[in-house]
Amino acid sequence: MTRVNLVLLAVLVACALSLVTSRHQARKLTTELTRAQALARAYEEDFGRLTLEQSTWATPARVDKLAREQKMQSPPSPRVVVVELPEAQR
Amino acid sequence: MRAATAARGATAQLAPPGARAGVVFGALILLFAGLAARALYLQWVNNEFLQGQGQARYSRDIEVPAHRGRILDRHGEALAISTPVKSLWAFPDRLEISPRELRELARVLETNPAALERRIAAAEDFVYIAKLVPPEVAERALALRIKGLHEETTYGRYYPAGEVAAHIIGFTGTRDAGQEGIELAQQAWLGGHAGSRRVIINRRGDVVEDVASIRAPQAGRDLALSIDSRLQHLAFRELKAAVEAHRAKAGGLVVLDVGTGEILALANYPTFNPNRRDGRLAPERMRNRALTDVFEPGSTMKPFTVAAALEAGSVRPDTMIATAGGSLTLSGRTIRDAHASGNLTVEQVVQKSSNVGTAKIALGLPAERMWRTLSDAGFGAAPRTGYPGEVSGRLRAAQSWKPIEQATISYGHGISANLVQLARAYTIFATDGELKPATLFKATGAVAGRPVIKPETARTLRRMLELAAQPGGTAPKAQVGGYRVAGKTGTAHKLEGRAYANKYVSSFVGFAPVSNPRIVVAVMIDEPSAGQYYGGAVAAPVFSNVTGGALRLLGVPSDAPSDSAILPADAVEIGEET
Repeated sequence: MTRVNLVLLAVLVACALSLVTSRHQARKLTTELTRAQALARAYEEDFGRLTLEQSTWATPARVDKLAREQKMQSPPSPRVVVVELPEAQR
Repeated sequence: MRAATAARGATAQLAPPGARAGVVFGALILLFAGLAARALYLQWVNNEFLQGQGQARYSRDIEVPAHRGRILDRHGEALAISTPVKSLWAFPDRLEISPRELRELARVLETNPAALERRIAAAEDFVYIAKLVPPEVAERALALRIKGLHEETTYGRYYPAGEVAAHIIGFTGTRDAGQEGIELAQQAWLGGHAGSRRVIINRRGDVVEDVASIRAPQAGRDLALSIDSRLQHLAFRELKAAVEAHRAKAGGLVVLDVGTGEILALANYPTFNPNRRDGRLAPERMRNRALTDVFEPGSTMKPFTVAAALEAGSVRPDTMIATAGGSLTLSGRTIRDAHASGNLTVEQVVQKSSNVGTAKIALGLPAERMWRTLSDAGFGAAPRTGYPGEVSGRLRAAQSWKPIEQATISYGHGISANLVQLARAYTIFATDGELKPATLFKATGAVAGRPVIKPETARTLRRMLELAAQPGGTAPKAQVGGYRVAGKTGTAHKLEGRAYANKYVSSFVGFAPVSNPRIVVAVMIDEPSAGQYYGGAVAAPVFSNVTGGALRLLGVPSDAPSDSAILPADAVEIGEET
């Protein structure tokens, strides 16, 4: 009888200890999760900022202005435009 | 001895020794029972106070931010986007700033120190040192370690297309809520709702346990518009150039996709920059004229009258109309053509834009019949594009038309419409007689229209309108090299009060390529005042530039030789005044 009790006591102690460890683990993981979520949000914000930057640099108005200023390109005259018709319309 | 005996006697008198222990024991039991009762009371009965106090020490409700959805064009280019920005603020009386620090701060914020100082001095108890600055700038400003300078994070809304698409998109006001345009109309779709969750924190303030999610954050959803940024820019550039060249009051331009009724571009000038609004914007600059203003369309209405007559069978394209003399008097009022000519066929009436001819064609029709065609083409009803505050224009009931009114309505006076309505109405000629629903939102495939006129009538009108945009018509300047175009000019006197003034609205509405129309383009220039005012001289060249560029950008195969546009230098321009 005493033996059984001792075994049960040992099991109880083990359970209690594992509860403590898992609580601790849970807290550590939560902290990590929160940090990861904050990071995700930061990346999302970065993404927004970069998209904004990209679309600001790439506005047709700006591209048009630069192309004209640097005399690199101008709208093609109809004479130099080559149109490839889809198979059906040839 | 005596005293000892007396003491013993006294105790003996009070109680026997056993009973004394009993009393003490009983008292202790009572005390413990009291404690237990109090504990039970606090644990189960009156537990709010202590629980509240406990939670206040380790439990926190934190806000989970949700940002506003983006507005995109049809190809996914951002037209409006939210990104976090910082604002720097201070309580002026607690701000300790030396003149040197002030100079440094002004340098970081790119303003001048005197202005900054005035701003701080002018404030009473709270001042924004800098509003909505990029996070890097705020970081550098805080790195100066000025006492009493604080930061706050908010979401700023940015519009990469700026003034080019300002009228369609609108802008947001305080607290990130839509205030104008699509931002206002689609607030429910775009707006995000910040969530909140309850957590347990430790001594250092780190979150150690997620207890409950009180409200899930709901991020705003992205919205795809039908606008094509490249066409929008093209439309805006050409419109701006024309308004400036003709010293006009304003202008509007709409590009519609014939297949789906989507608005590919909608430009207005004058405009404003939605990224720099300081609350002193003139309302004229913010009005989306193409949707919220009506005007009398003038001659651009003529094709609808002719279509109604062809449908009714009262005329054929080659029926001669007695337009000789160039005037027609009805109940005391005279209708004139700007340039008198001989008798014209119905086809030539459209080509040369004859008021008299159109009026005579209209008078051969029952008013009810003409009204039906105009109404079916969308006049007198708001186009329902999804834009807030669009107007419906005016198309009075046929029962109230007098003959003179029927005659003037036939060439676009005594009826009003907005530019989008007009462009949309032309889809009945660009398709085989179907009116497409105009929309500002991206469609997912072909959209069915509502049949208004017969396919043969639409084909006949296409030919007439093509003639109008060729030498011999009112708008040879509308021609585009490499593409067949069709369209109609309009030069309407403006109504001022109840009388027509010598001010004009020049317009052109057309479509291309005629062999298989892809786009409808409508141009309206309000009060051109640099000498020219005919639609064929003011609006048609804008149509030509925009249509040519748009067809090239859309990769539409050309249906005419590249040198198809014939513009002889001595070509006589045919004027019109409606």
